[in-house]
Amino acid sequence: MTRILVPSGALGLDYDEAALERGIRMNPDLIAIDGGSTDSGPSYLGNGVSKYARSSTKVEWKGLIEAARNAGCPLVIGTAGTCGTDGMVDWLVDITRECLDELGWTPRVATLKSEQVPNEVGQRFASGQVSALDGAPDLDRKTIEDCTHIVALAGAEQIQQAIETAAEIIIAGRTTDTATIAALPLMRGDHAGGAWHGAKIAECGALCATNPQSGVLMVEFDKVGFTVHPLADDARATPQTVLAHMLYENSDPFILHEPGGHLDVTDATYEALDEVRVRVEGSRWVASDQYTVKLEGARVAGCQTLLMATIRDPRYVRNAQAWIRDIGHRHAAKVENRTGLAPEAWRCDLRLVGIDSTLGEMETRPGAPTEIGVLCTITAEDQGTANEIGKLMNPYLLHHPLTSEEEQPTFSFPFSPAEIDRGPVHEFCLHHVMTLSDPMDAFRLDVINA
Amino acid sequence: MPEVGEVCDKVRSKNAGPFWLTIDIFCGTDDAFARLSGGLTTKRVAEALGTDPTAIRRFDIKDLNVIKISLPRPVVQGHPGDRDMHGAAWASVVAELVVD
Repeated sequence: MTRILVPSGALGLDYDEAALERGIRMNPDLIAIDGGSTDSGPSYLGNGVSKYARSSTKVEWKGLIEAARNAGCPLVIGTAGTCGTDGMVDWLVDITRECLDELGWTPRVATLKSEQVPNEVGQRFASGQVSALDGAPDLDRKTIEDCTHIVALAGAEQIQQAIETAAEIIIAGRTTDTATIAALPLMRGDHAGGAWHGAKIAECGALCATNPQSGVLMVEFDKVGFTVHPLADDARATPQTVLAHMLYENSDPFILHEPGGHLDVTDATYEALDEVRVRVEGSRWVASDQYTVKLEGARVAGCQTLLMATIRDPRYVRNAQAWIRDIGHRHAAKVENRTGLAPEAWRCDLRLVGIDSTLGEMETRPGAPTEIGVLCTITAEDQGTANEIGKLMNPYLLHHPLTSEEEQPTFSFPFSPAEIDRGPVHEFCLHHVMTLSDPMDAFRLDVINA
Repeated sequence: MPEVGEVCDKVRSKNAGPFWLTIDIFCGTDDAFARLSGGLTTKRVAEALGTDPTAIRRFDIKDLNVIKISLPRPVVQGHPGDRDMHGAAWASVVAELVVD
């Protein structure tokens, strides 16, 4: 049997310390936590930065380092610093050094790096080793080489190599959400379908149980299947809560693709062992002919300038849609007249907060509010141009009248200057897999001096 | 005729990676599942979401009384035209559809 303790869905989201303590007393074989996700958008990968505050990361990471020392088992983090770039692995190594200094402990530390050199991925693309997944955008070599960061998602094989170094702390760059949990059970010969299925169920911590915010979860893997055991006082797993987690952030609730194959849970059975624990058996692992790893990449999509105005005059609130349509046309003509920029060189999105800013054309119930926020987003090739186009918008949002006969109105600006430069914005441009002849081909493992 | 949100317990929408959206309709009871499984067509959902019905992957999961609807994001997550980074509001569009 292999016991994996999962403290929460992500480092930075906090965990229940009493439940973690309970987990340590149960003698886990490994503590696994995820550090990342693409869910907050392309900026984190594009810039190679963490979504969570360094201060929270450090407090929680230090707690987990102490937990691993007390439990006498390895601590593994996947996708360090939200995006799992090499820089974010180094960032967490720095934090680790501070924690170890404060704890007076000198364990063996290994890093697994997942970042790819865009030109090398471009070469692999040209030689047919990069292929599109369903729903992928069009891709050419230049798009790949324009990426500011590309990461490959490591699977169980690379984490297993890291475990084999006998490191007590493993800091991995981008991995699949499941790899850090599945690696050790697979190494020990536990049921492969059960290892991947249990890892998927546990990857968000106690999200597969009642009281999902409590975080801490133990998964016990064996030769036949796995058992889910949430550890907070008021958290319970039921067959329903466990089964329902296969739906979460997953386009197919029965199939999960991983490097080297896929998990099929169509025939899995879920049984309540008691009030708290659920037993799962019957999941299948289907190995693939080729070993592929998924790629994520982001490139700069331009620079943005924002303007925000609020409208309180009831007549303008009622006619806001017509008002911004008119502003949009006039502003576009003004930009062409003043700057000579082609229409495709920039874009302006005017959204009415309070009317339909969230759904746009999909909205069937536009609001009838007392006030409206007008959010104007300008995107252009560089910041200077975006700011210039923003300045051309400014007079319209401040003074544009509904009709030419009326006295000049004035609207509310919350800021001066009204133009807020956002800097570069990024876009995801890879939804592809890369074929490797050896799982370690695209990854670098080091035991470091922490 | 009731709306989807009035028949089921909850509708949730999330990203499934940057290029896909997934909408989970938790029906709660066998009756609600039967009502929505038959009374909410994929075509209606596609119209409301402004997408091609053939692009939608739908799973009617009787064991869970859940209907899951996945589709490629019409606007990729984080693109300047994306209004909803986490795909949170698509659930409301489905919840407010009238059931046949």
